[in-house]
Amino acid sequence: MSNSQMVMYDEEFQEINVVIERLLKDSNSKVIFLVDKNGQLISGVGETERFDTTSLASLTAGNIAATGGLAKLIGEKEFSILFHEGEKDNLHISIVGGRVILVVLFDNRSSLGLVRLRVKKASEELSVIFEKLMKKSDEKVKSGTSFPFAEITDDDIDNLFS
Amino acid sequence: MSFINYASREINCKIVYYGPGLCGKTTNLQHVYAKTAPEAKGKMISLATETERTLFFDFLPLALGEIRGFKTRFHLYTVPGQVFYDASRKLILKGVDGIVYVADSQEERMDANIESLDNLRHNLKEQGYDLDKLPYVVQYNKRDLPNAVPVEELRRELNPTNVPDFEACASTGEGVFETLKAVAKLILVDLKKGR
Repeated sequence: MSNSQMVMYDEEFQEINVVIERLLKDSNSKVIFLVDKNGQLISGVGETERFDTTSLASLTAGNIAATGGLAKLIGEKEFSILFHEGEKDNLHISIVGGRVILVVLFDNRSSLGLVRLRVKKASEELSVIFEKLMKKSDEKVKSGTSFPFAEITDDDIDNLFS
Repeated sequence: MSFINYASREINCKIVYYGPGLCGKTTNLQHVYAKTAPEAKGKMISLATETERTLFFDFLPLALGEIRGFKTRFHLYTVPGQVFYDASRKLILKGVDGIVYVADSQEERMDANIESLDNLRHNLKEQGYDLDKLPYVVQYNKRDLPNAVPVEELRRELNPTNVPDFEACASTGEGVFETLKAVAKLILVDLKKGR
């Protein structure tokens, strides 16, 4: 797992959203979220306004971290898929490309089998995009170009707290 | 590590409150939550036991405003302070951008303070971080209690590297925002350097 800073650019953001929008339709699910393993929400599609997305992201990451800890204790690398079954809604949580978490919320209009199948395909596509994204941000950091915070002043920072 | 999103023009940073059991980490977050305008905060989540001891973490998202057109968000986490929750503490340190170490000023908690600080260094190291290179501040909490150790002594024991430190009484809110501002500022200065 890379420990480097996560950076998201417009181009990849659009590509990611195309993939998860399609997954939302193909899997007949209600909401899909992508969350960084550190608990930051990357993107969400579907009925996102019905949910507290920030909390959801943080708890999902906590959940993945805790089950990852359990996995290591029994000698597994990680549990790459988690499934939570509720009375009406279910959560399918999976790890994409080692560092991003894909959360699919669905009800009885879909099924676990369908979600698993569609998630598998979408995960492969997402992995490729995130791989590209990591390379891109590493290159930008190396070349030192266009870092938006290089020019912030002490005043800018102080103003936040005024 | 902070997350910069050019698409939504947001920057997200993670601050972790660390310290021995019952030192006031959750109380710090509760005060921040109580005194922050509704539009600047999200829901505070506490994963606690029935006796209100932190089991996994507390979480409070804050939106501070904009810097150069980027929405600046801080995610505040606490760790469970009790010694036997070490596995959980390690998980919460993942991706941290800044640390607030909360010390309990009471004389009888001095050993617990030292143990917790060693534990912080050790757990950070395990994840490939060095406390001396991270944005880091110290808070001496519970200054209002009669058995509080003098600040000079706490400083000598708990802040040998002389990072910014603050006296506080989290239950009344004294020193809470000063501490938070200091660590947030260090994180932004760190970002400015581009790491």
